[in-house]
Order: sequence, then structure tokens, then C-alpha cells
Amino acid sequence: MENLASLVEQAQTAIAEAGDAQALDQIRVQYLGKKGEVTQLLKGLGKLSPEERPVAGDKINKAKDALLQELNVRRTALEEARMQAKLAAETIDVTLPGRGQTVGGLHPVTKTIQRIEDFFGSIGFSVAEGPEIEDDYHNFEALNIPAHHPARAMHDTFYFNANTVLRTHTSPVQVRTMESEKPPIRIICPGRVYRCDSDQTHSPMFHQVEGLLVDKNISFADLKGILEQFLKAFFEDDVKVRFRPSYFPFTEPSIEVDIDRGDGKWLEVLGCGMVHPKVFEYSGIDSEEYTGFAFGMGVERLAMLRYGVNDLRLFFDNDLRFLNQLR
Amino acid sequence: MKFSEQWLREWVNPSITTEELESLLSLSGLEVDGVEKAADDFSGVVVGEILSAEQHPNADKLQVCSVSDGNETFQVVCGASNARAGLKTAFAKVGAVLPGDFKIKKAKLRQVESFGMLCAEDELGISDDHGGIMELATDAPVGADLREYLNLNDTILEVDLTPNRSDCLGIAGLAREVGVLTQTTVTVPEVAAASVSIDETFGIELIDNDACPRYLGRVIKGVNPTATTPLWMVEKLRRSGVRAIDPVVDVTNYVLLELGQPMHAFDLAKLSGGIRVRLAEQGEKLELLDGSEVELNDDTLVIADHEKAVAMAGIMGGEQTKVTEESSDIFLECAFFEPIAIAGRARSYGLHTDSSHRYERGVDFTLQAKAMERATNLLLEIVGGEAGPVTEAVAEDKLPARDDVILRPERLNQILAMAMPAEKVEDILTRLGLELSTEANGAWRAKVPSHRFDISIEEDLIEEVARVYGYDNLPVKSPTMALGIEAQPEAIKPIRLIRQSLAARGYQEAITFSFIEPALSNLFDPVNKPIALANPISADLSVMRTTLIAGLAKTVQYNQNRQQSRVRLFETGQCFIQQGEEMVQDPMLAVIATGSRDPEGWTGQSDAMDFFDLKGDLETLLADSGILDQCRFEPAEHPALHPGQTAKIIRNDNVIGYIGALHPKVQKELGLKSTVYTFELKLSDLQDGVVARFESLSKYPEVRRDLAFIVDETTPVAHLMATIRANAGENLKDLSLFDVYQGKGVEEQRKSVALGLTWQDASRTLNDEEINDLVDQIVSSAQEQFGASLRS
Repeated sequence: MENLASLVEQAQTAIAEAGDAQALDQIRVQYLGKKGEVTQLLKGLGKLSPEERPVAGDKINKAKDALLQELNVRRTALEEARMQAKLAAETIDVTLPGRGQTVGGLHPVTKTIQRIEDFFGSIGFSVAEGPEIEDDYHNFEALNIPAHHPARAMHDTFYFNANTVLRTHTSPVQVRTMESEKPPIRIICPGRVYRCDSDQTHSPMFHQVEGLLVDKNISFADLKGILEQFLKAFFEDDVKVRFRPSYFPFTEPSIEVDIDRGDGKWLEVLGCGMVHPKVFEYSGIDSEEYTGFAFGMGVERLAMLRYGVNDLRLFFDNDLRFLNQLR
Repeated sequence: MKFSEQWLREWVNPSITTEELESLLSLSGLEVDGVEKAADDFSGVVVGEILSAEQHPNADKLQVCSVSDGNETFQVVCGASNARAGLKTAFAKVGAVLPGDFKIKKAKLRQVESFGMLCAEDELGISDDHGGIMELATDAPVGADLREYLNLNDTILEVDLTPNRSDCLGIAGLAREVGVLTQTTVTVPEVAAASVSIDETFGIELIDNDACPRYLGRVIKGVNPTATTPLWMVEKLRRSGVRAIDPVVDVTNYVLLELGQPMHAFDLAKLSGGIRVRLAEQGEKLELLDGSEVELNDDTLVIADHEKAVAMAGIMGGEQTKVTEESSDIFLECAFFEPIAIAGRARSYGLHTDSSHRYERGVDFTLQAKAMERATNLLLEIVGGEAGPVTEAVAEDKLPARDDVILRPERLNQILAMAMPAEKVEDILTRLGLELSTEANGAWRAKVPSHRFDISIEEDLIEEVARVYGYDNLPVKSPTMALGIEAQPEAIKPIRLIRQSLAARGYQEAITFSFIEPALSNLFDPVNKPIALANPISADLSVMRTTLIAGLAKTVQYNQNRQQSRVRLFETGQCFIQQGEEMVQDPMLAVIATGSRDPEGWTGQSDAMDFFDLKGDLETLLADSGILDQCRFEPAEHPALHPGQTAKIIRNDNVIGYIGALHPKVQKELGLKSTVYTFELKLSDLQDGVVARFESLSKYPEVRRDLAFIVDETTPVAHLMATIRANAGENLKDLSLFDVYQGKGVEEQRKSVALGLTWQDASRTLNDEEINDLVDQIVSSAQEQFGASLRS
């Protein structure tokens, strides 16, 4: 009994010095196990008087509990330290870049076309496409541009033979749609078009999106409304829009649309107009019953304005350094 | 058309600024393309007269001139070779400021003092002519301020006229338009009949009077062709971009610019018999004014005499009959040609002239007599001579008919979505020169003037009203329409999802030209003869592509040459193949990749990509469309691809495309720096997918067995797997390949193929016995077909 205090002290020292869970287990067995040194003291209680026994027993049990408690505290601390050490060892440099594929991207022309499709898709226009090698009839004739019409000179057409051309605009798709569908018609026609012209501002191939709306009672005011909304949406800005008389054989009246993005300069961005009755006639639509408007825009031009590109030719060089900037 | 603002204002002079005029014209459909000053800003330049010009003592190319400004005489050193005594020229005195804020100071040139400078046109910003110092008229008033003398405080406007507005291809027409727009009266100068002093005429026959319904001619004898064109005319011509040539030509050009009527003058002495307006004979030769000789086609109208063609009608005169310094008698021509007879002809000979430009679009067919008198008056004034009477040959019934056009107010209001006041309509149309009357039903009947070739239907009148009223003043609204839902076939994979999916896998979209170089086409597709353009822009863009891979491979080359070693691209677009009579133009998808499998990084993985990297990406696309299990790959040959690394992509027994490594010879030909892998297929085959169907999920456990087969190394694994699948019973849920091995433990020329088979039944737990039976069946069929054995 006399050595309880020193035993406890010894055990406490051992606990404090224990380096791992295994050492703690040994200490527990050594002092508190069935044959442990503290446990042994309990067995010696018999030698004491009945008056002394409960007091001494109580002391020993309290010491046992205290040591157990200390063992548990020490075990938790050791586990915590071990976890800390493991975490420290597992630390990585999170600033290193991730592993795997780089991202590609869409061509800015495709991106621009998709945005235009989305704006018009949201008001019920569907996308129509058609062949790029066209016959003279669909590219010119049916659009009220007969042979020898001066407007043909505006087109710088690529020919395969007298009757077959590379389409100079996507308008033939409108003609093909009007031939096969009854009004109401609401389409936009994106695609490649070709003109025999090449310099810093002209590419022999470029892209257009044209649109056509045919229904009863469609007016010039509708045309103005839709295009003004479109341009503001496209540039995400309250651009100033100006409608200027122009001439296209397939529309009457014909209009060119200019925008001013705040610098006081008018930039032409669109051509449009009310569908010419002759064009309706060619496609078998009654122009007394139906009216409609058509519009067309150069995709590269819009993309240049939108993204600040200064050279048209960049679009077709496909330089990855250019494409990666605009994906 | 380019014109001087001062000239226009002689006809109509609204109180608006140049800027306002510019905007007004643009907003009425006469787009102003350019505005420039008649001369740059300068001051202190006067008309000077060179009194003497002596060789500079110390410089071969310089002269020392004494120049008078009318009051004093100055010594000026000049380098122009045309500096000579008696010449009147532009003299910038000391203190003058030339364009670019260039101040003229007293100077010493090679030890000789110079007090001022004699100027060339470009030094004053009048033109870019630096041929010598200006040569002013002999009657130029010495000492006069040059700006005032040449009337240089003027603006030159250039309008880009649309083909329908031929009526504005002259000052008279522009003035009419400005009058309408500003509601200002136009002062039309009177043209008096020229005085006729001789009787001589020259016969005119209209052999093709459909093409030429009106032709006026006049003889003027005894002209002085060496007379000089007056300064005012030279300046007006210059400001319209027309260089003065000789007084006769200058006068015809002047009338063309003023009234819009092309004219031509012949040397009467070179004409024989009389004028015949006829179609050319096929192959007939004519030497033109520009010095070229053309072989005419029989669709081309010519002006001929009794022997030969002397001019291409409405396009260009002939060299042999032109007016020269020796001419004394001239024959003046003024005609109306049907636009359709002229249209396209000039272009077919590679020509475009001020005259053809106007005739193709339409010249007022009532204007010829007036233009003839105007030109005659000017000629008599400038070159003198005696005029004969005008001979007119005309086929009245062949002149353009102008049908009246009806305009219904309700149609006008419907199209413009507003109630346009009747007075407004009437004012606009009347000012434009239309004569209006009212029909019983309230509609207007409009008589169209002879100068308008673009008004024949109601919409044309609506446009005129809208245009003059101002498009920007018309109402704006949003269209209202019946809502309707359009069917969208779910089985069709939208192309944008395919693009997006490729972009997410690291591919960048490219857009290459649809026309390529013939040699490149042949390199990638020697089988299909490409469709050739008749008029390519250049030889390297002359045939239509039959495959997208050619353009993409060139793009790889372009980027490798710019230090990009890892290139992954795709393109969608039409390819063009002639199949018999038909031109097939199917949208295709092609993908190309080269360089390292992974982007350069810190993990040390720098293996080059291979066939299976690309194939994996292709399979992902096929799986995404839900059609991977309809597709298989078979070894194939393709002229541009590596014979040992090429597969046909087969969907339900149809070949839909190819995948492979570029053939080393193709790679070498293009100088590509690493092995390039590519595939191409018809877009519609990829888009045409399936709509998913639900199958109930089994509650019973799966059973998996792994089997490793030893087969000949040439055995296609896909074939082995197909056999196994065919013999694995209907409950096989999955067959996966998890290892292909050659090397230690496997005989030479054999390989081990390890497969995982998973079975599951919808209604019960499968027992070992039946799985063992299936495995036995699989092993024996593989043994039978491929000599396969199980690896122990």
C-alpha cells in the first residue's frame, strides 16, 4: 500500500514517455492488467483490517481509474500526432497543374453562327441548309437576277460551267425552302458562300447567315423591330441602329443596316428588305396574300466587330494561336 | 460616281452643310463612299510666271528661275525639267504654308539663293501627279491666289450608286434627287439649240433597232483640235475623277457627267459611207481606244460604217476613227441603247467604261436631243467649227415602254405599318418626276418618267415613298405570330453536340477553304477526280475538295511550321464528288491529330499518340450517338493512309469512313514532322443515332469470369470477341478486353488476349454449372475458329 503513490508516479512517467499505442498497451498490462502491479495491490488488501480495507480499496481503484484515464488521453494524443504526421507526409504541391487533356474549342465563325441561331431560334426560326454548288436558277434567276443583270457584277461569281456556280449567298436555300414549304416560313440559313475576290477585306470564301420570314401581314416595321433587337442582343449593348435604303434585286424595298457602337462611326452590318413579289412568284407564293422579309449578314464581319479581330484572313489561316484566343 | 459639290450646287443649292448633304444622300439610298477636299489645305500660293530659267551653276538637274508674281520678281531654284521661260505655274512664295504644315522659307541650294518654290500637283494635294510643276493656262492671271483661281475650296463627294439608280449617274439626276430630299427647287440650265451653219449630214441606218432604237448624229466641220479645254471644265472633270485629254473628248465626257448621257465623236474623214448600227460578225476585229484589239462575238452591238466596225456600241470607241490633233471634221454621236443589249457585254471582254456602266443600267431615252445640243454648243465655244443639222434615226415603237404603276394606299400602309398621309405620298412622287392621277377606287396611278428604269410595280413606289420619307422615320414593332412547336427528331444528334464533344476532348475546330490545289487533292484522293472551277482565284484554290483531310493536313503543316508540335483539329463541311451526272455534296466530319498523347506537363508522360488514341475518341463519338455497337472496324487500304494502320469504319455493313495514320509518303510530301492520325466520315452517318429504350434492371447477381486466350498474333481481337459473344448465350451482359500481351510466357508469334465476361439473368441467379457449360462452349468455338487455347 505504501508504494501506491510511487507506483502511480512510475506509471505516469511511463505513460508520458510512451511513443506509440503499443508502448501504451504494455504499460496498461504492466500496471493495470490482471497481474499488473497496481492490480496486485488490490490482492494485498486482505492483509488489512476490515476498517482499513474499504478506504485502501477505494484509493487503489481511484488510482487505477486515473491511470486508465491518463492512458486514454495519451493514446488519443498519440493517434492525433500520428495522423498529423501522416497528413504532413502526404502534403502535395496543389499549385501544380492538373493532369489530362487540354480543351479544344470551336472556330469563332461557328461560335458566331451558333449565337445567331440561338437568337433567332428563340423566336421560332429554324435552321435550313443547302448545297454549296448551286445551279444558276436558284442562285440568281429565282432571286430576280436574270442573266446580264448588273447586280451579277456585284457578285463576282465562281463558275463551273454556264449553269453551275458556287453559291454567292445562302439565298438559294430560301428559294428551296419556299419551293417546298407553305407559309408561314421562318428560317435562317447559315453557311459558306463564295465570291471571286481576295484581299485584306475580301475572302474568296466566307460565311453568311440569311433569314426569311413569310406570313400574312408582315411589314417593314416588323423587319426593323427584329433586326434592331437582334443587333442589340448580338453586341450585348444598346447600339445605335440606322436603316438606309439600298438595292438588292430580290427585295423591295431594300435596306442596309448600319450600327454605331458609340464612337460616332456608322458600320454596315446587314442587308435586308421586303421579299420582292417576283421572288414569291418564282416560288409559287401569292404575294397579295403573303408578305415577308429577308435579311443577310456576313458572319466574319460580325465576328470581327464582336471580338475585335482586325484581319479577315486570320479566320482561314487556322493558326492555333489565333483560334485558341477566341475559343 | 464622283462629283464636285460646287458643281451640284450650281444646280440645286439647299442651305445645308457638306456633312448634312452627305448624310442626306446616304440615308436616301445614294451611299456616300468618300468625301475629300478638292485640294489639301495650303496658303500663300499664287499664279507665277517664269520669266527666265537658267542652268544652275553647281547642279546638273537644277535650274535657277526668275519668277514674277505680277509685282516683283523672285529668284527660285527648281528641279522640275518642265520649268521654262513663259510657263505659268503654282508659285509658293516665302511665307507660304503647304499641306503638312510645310512652311516655305528663304533657302540656299548649292550656294544659290531661292525665294520660294514652284509646285507640282501632289505638293498641293490636288492629285498625286508629280510629273513636273503645274502647267497653268496661258491666260492665268499672274499673282492671283491659286486657290481662288482654281476654285479649290470645294469638296469632292463619291456616291456608290446601286445598279437601279442609273438616273443619278449625272449631276442633273443627283440635283433632282437632292431637290426632292430637301424640297428645294432645281435650276436646270437652259440648253439652246446650237446654231446650224452648214447642211452636211452623215447617213445613219439602224439595222438592229431593237438594240438601238434611237441614234442621233451631227457633223461639225472645221474644228480646231489643238484648242485647249477651259480650266473650269478641266477642274470639274478632275473632280469627277476624269482626266482631261483633248477638248473634243473632254466635252463628251463633260456631258456624260453633267447629264448622264454617254457620247462619242468620230473623225469624219475616217468614216466611210454612213453609220450602221448592227450586231458584230462573229470574229470581227476592232481596235479599241485603249489600244487593245478585240475579236467580237456576234451578240455584241457595234457602230459600223459601210466598211468596218468603228466602235463597240455603248462601250468604247475605235482607235482608227478617233479624233486626233489632225482631225478637222468630226461626227458626233448620241444614242440610246437598250440596257439588255449592252448588259454583260463589256464584262465579257474584260472592259468596264463610264459609258457601259450607264447604258447597262439605263439612260434616259428622251435625253439624246438635249445632250446633242449641249455638246454642240460647248464644242463650238471651245474648238469652233461649223455644225450641221442633227440627223435622228429612231424606232419609236422600240423605245422602252413605261407602263403606269398603281399604288393602293391600303397596301402602302400595310407594308409600312402606318397611315401615310396622302399629301406626303403625292408630294414625294411628284417631286421625283412621276405624274399622278387618282383611280376610282382611291388608288394612285403613276406615270413613270423616262429617266427611271427601276419603277414598274407597286412595291417600287412603296420603296420610293419610304425612302424619301426616311426609313428611320418609319415605325418599329415586333412581329406577332402563331406559336407552334416544331418536331425535333431525338435520334438525330445535333452537330453542335458533336463539335462540343470534340472540343471537350481537346480538338480545335478549323475552317479551311472548300477549294484546294489539284496536286494536294490528288495526294489525298487519287480516285475521285475533283470538280474544277472554271475561273479559280488562283491555281492553288482551283478544285473543290473531295476530302476534308487535305485541308486539315495543310493546317497541321501550317501550325507545325509555327512551333506547334501537338496539333488536334477537326472540321465539318461539304465535300464535293462528281458521280456521273450528279454532284454529290455531303457534309463530312474529319479529325486529325499528331504529337504527344498528353499535353506537355510535369508528370513526365511524353509518349507520342498512336492509332488507338484517335480511335478511342472516334469510339466516344459513336457511343455518344448510341451507335457504337452497330459499328466495327476492319483493316483496309486507303491511298493516303498507312497500309498497316488503316481501318474502314463499318456501320451495319456499310462503310461510313476511314481511320488511320497518314501514309509516310504523304507525311513526307507535306513535310509533317510527326506521325499524323486522322479519320473522316459522313456526318449524317454519325448524327443518325437511336432513341434509347429502357430495359428492366435485374435483381439477381452478376457472374464474372476472366478468360485469357492464346491466339496467333495476327488474329484480329475483334473477330475473336465476336465469336465469343456469339457463343456466350443470351445472358452475356458485358464482354471486356483487359489485356493483350506478347512476351515472356507466351510463345513467339502468339499473343495472350484476356477478356472479362459478365453474365446476368433477369429472373434468377445463374448457377456455376451453366456458366461452366457456356465457358466450355466459348473455348471450343475459339479453338475451332482461331486455334485459340486457354492460357494456363
